[in-house]
Amino acid sequence: MTVDLPSTNTDLWKPNRVLNRRIETSVKVLFGAFAFVSVATTIGIVFTLIFETFEFFLDDFFREKLAEQVGRPIEGLWGDIQTFLYSLRHFLTDTKWTPLFSSAQFGIFVLISATVMTSGIAVLVALPLGLLSAICLSEYATLRTRSILKPILEILAGVPTVVYGYFALLFVTPLLQNFIPVQGFNALSAGIVLGIMITPMVASLSEDAIFAVPRSLRDGAYALGATKRETIISVVLPAALSGIVSSLILAISRAIGETMIVTLAAGQNPRLGFNPTVPVMTMTAFIVQVSLGDTPAGSLAYKTIYAVGMTLFLITLVLNIFSFWFVRRFREKYE
Amino acid sequence: MTTRDPQTLEQNVSPNPDNFSANLDKRYTIDIIFAIAVWTAVVIAIIVLASLLIDVAIDGLPTLDWGFLSNFPSRKPEQAGMKSAIFGSIWMMVTVAVVAFPLGVGAGIFLEEFAADTWFAKLIEININNLAGVPSIIYGLLGLMVFVRLLEPITGGRSLLSGALTESLLILPIIIVATREALRAVPDSLRQAGFALGATRWQVVREQVFPIAIPGILTGMILALSRAIGETAPLITIGALTFISFLPENLQSPFTVMPIQIYNWVSRPQTEFHDIAASGIIVLMVMLLVMNACAIFLRNKFQRRF
Amino acid sequence: MVSQSSNNVANASSELALQTENLKVFYGSNLAVRDVTLDIQKNRVVAFIGPSGCGKSTVLRCFNRMNDLIPSARVEGKITFHGTDLHAPSVDPVQLRRRIGMVFQKPNPFPKSIYENIAFGARINGYTGDMDELVEQSLRKAAIWDEVKDKLQESGLALSGGQQQRLCIARAIAIAPEVILMDEPCSALDPISTLRVEELIHELKQQYTIVIVTHNMQQASRVSDCTAFYNAEATETGNKVGYLVEYDETTTIFHNPAEKETQDYVSGRFG
Repeated sequence: MTVDLPSTNTDLWKPNRVLNRRIETSVKVLFGAFAFVSVATTIGIVFTLIFETFEFFLDDFFREKLAEQVGRPIEGLWGDIQTFLYSLRHFLTDTKWTPLFSSAQFGIFVLISATVMTSGIAVLVALPLGLLSAICLSEYATLRTRSILKPILEILAGVPTVVYGYFALLFVTPLLQNFIPVQGFNALSAGIVLGIMITPMVASLSEDAIFAVPRSLRDGAYALGATKRETIISVVLPAALSGIVSSLILAISRAIGETMIVTLAAGQNPRLGFNPTVPVMTMTAFIVQVSLGDTPAGSLAYKTIYAVGMTLFLITLVLNIFSFWFVRRFREKYE
Repeated sequence: MTTRDPQTLEQNVSPNPDNFSANLDKRYTIDIIFAIAVWTAVVIAIIVLASLLIDVAIDGLPTLDWGFLSNFPSRKPEQAGMKSAIFGSIWMMVTVAVVAFPLGVGAGIFLEEFAADTWFAKLIEININNLAGVPSIIYGLLGLMVFVRLLEPITGGRSLLSGALTESLLILPIIIVATREALRAVPDSLRQAGFALGATRWQVVREQVFPIAIPGILTGMILALSRAIGETAPLITIGALTFISFLPENLQSPFTVMPIQIYNWVSRPQTEFHDIAASGIIVLMVMLLVMNACAIFLRNKFQRRF
Repeated sequence: MVSQSSNNVANASSELALQTENLKVFYGSNLAVRDVTLDIQKNRVVAFIGPSGCGKSTVLRCFNRMNDLIPSARVEGKITFHGTDLHAPSVDPVQLRRRIGMVFQKPNPFPKSIYENIAFGARINGYTGDMDELVEQSLRKAAIWDEVKDKLQESGLALSGGQQQRLCIARAIAIAPEVILMDEPCSALDPISTLRVEELIHELKQQYTIVIVTHNMQQASRVSDCTAFYNAEATETGNKVGYLVEYDETTTIFHNPAEKETQDYVSGRFG
């Protein structure tokens, strides 16, 4: 007795090739569009910032001040250019930041100085703490210890920044006040806690880089009579340099853009200079200050936060580009 | 065979007139100092985490009770509660998940399965790396412009929806990366087997690859959501109000979320508010802990090895 | 069977550099090599041959105590260096490794300049002489000076594989060791680079004692004076345990070995 195999009966097979192809195409287009959302986000950020920043620099406030100065109305395209240059000059050279006063001044370096100071303190905390922790995890800790320590770092990395802000304002500042005369709001405790916040990032990314250094390099150093420390400092760390630097830069740009810690603990007082014991106002803190107030769209204050945001964006962008360049330039390839 | 005194080892056998002065004692001393420094760094990290948790617990536990969870915010600290913030956070989380999950997973599938190694995939990869360096408050500025102002007729302005869309954009890169990694972990032989049966790429992805990758994707999704839950800055920028004594009714309602409520309490001068801020932090941290535990559970339960 | 043949080469009158007696190495609770007893004379080239997994590299790494770096490794038995027990408390592994250099299977130059690759070992070991001269001398001895003299500041990783390996040899001899251990130094190199390294070994033997692990038997017969043949056997638990089969003059090992195992191996009948 012979059995007809189903496959020989072609009538039973009716694949809908056309439908399948259509589904395939539509899925591809739809998901491609989803993927494009991330590009659109970047485009959106750049255009939003550029647009509102131009609005800021060309605001009537500056136009009128300039007109007052030169004694005639500022009009036309040439007038726009003049206004732009005038306001840009003041943005970069004024030594006060008083955008909400009637005699407003917009010296961005007042805010930048505060951001640099808090981020600088953060780096002073996070670089040794993060790098040494990374070395400990990858070179000193046993696998067992490591499996306990890594989750601790991960918990630290997952703490919401508003909690760190609470910690800075209500724990670190009172603690510091026992030793040094700092005010209730100050850049020092904000910077320290900012450093604690970015430490897990430095530690975990640096550890990846250190871990990737091949064992043969370590053996090479030991075979020359190097001690453990000499091996780590002279061979392992230089070999992991590009990864360590890029982790640090990523952490710095996180610190520069961090908002809640500096808003809560560093204060709201725009002040040029680098005194860490007094209240200051960072770029991000200013954006929060304006956002919390009732600022109508189109007002000068509203445009100001975009000019500040643009500055912030450019700084982090430059850091990112530098980090890319550094990694490409200094990455060593091992088999 | 002669047995020599160990101490004479250095002088007797060296073939060259030696220019080496190893100075071992000093080198080993520095080694010990270095080891101490390395362990100190880790101990400091542990102490910091411990003091943070203990500080919050001491300040916050006494005022943490049922009333705190079920009351609306109040000008009187003893009556103030987190009800609207908790509900706001849950609404926010669900909305973000609904928006960001299909977007991120779809994008991840596209990049990994349909467009791997194309210029478009590379462009997006570079782009995602760049977005990772953009401060979250900048996303807030984008949300303020696009969702609050330009799309006001749809979103209702400073609404839950605007906040959720902003946060979705913020965590999108995390989900895309997690999806791609999960898909990459699926062995290629499974795909080949599917193709060999005459399936289209989408059929293979839907039937073979995606079900295997889903635990990994969900883990990434939960971690991304826990990031969104803790974010404060972008929501402040788009103008989430901080004094909300009602529950959100729809996506266009004004809203508050836990971190904003906490921020609001911390920034007040009265100590009583600081204590309930600590209570709020406990609630927030417990919620994050539960989410992370879910992620770890998922990862361990469904982790398969090929 | 081991004890008799292993000391055949000790009859020669010259001074002993390294000696092992009943050496055993464990990784965790697994025995990796057992009962290695051999004498290595000064200024000779000794080759370790044998199938993979027979523990020849493990024995080599005992001589400069590199196994100390593996937490689970444990060494039993006696190794002496010019009569001094290597595991005596007064012997420091860091100091020992200055005197017993090592070249590895894969070239592993540090990600530093060529100059720094050489100077590193000298510097950490407190070299007080003229560093430039030391760098030049070492590179000359390693027969690579002419190729790199114009680019001493370039990265050592920019060199070809064969050059990298000679750089590693230069690095090892810069700290004036007495013994150089070579762990399959040519296995990652092309035939021409291999030839150059072998020529180099011939020259270096005037000054240094060299122990070389190789699984290339031609190489062993070309470069070495004495050869030790290791083999491995499986235990009941499935682990492989290496042991020394025979140790003798290279010509004897290759042409008139005492053990049948050796005969089978060198004639290519197994392994």
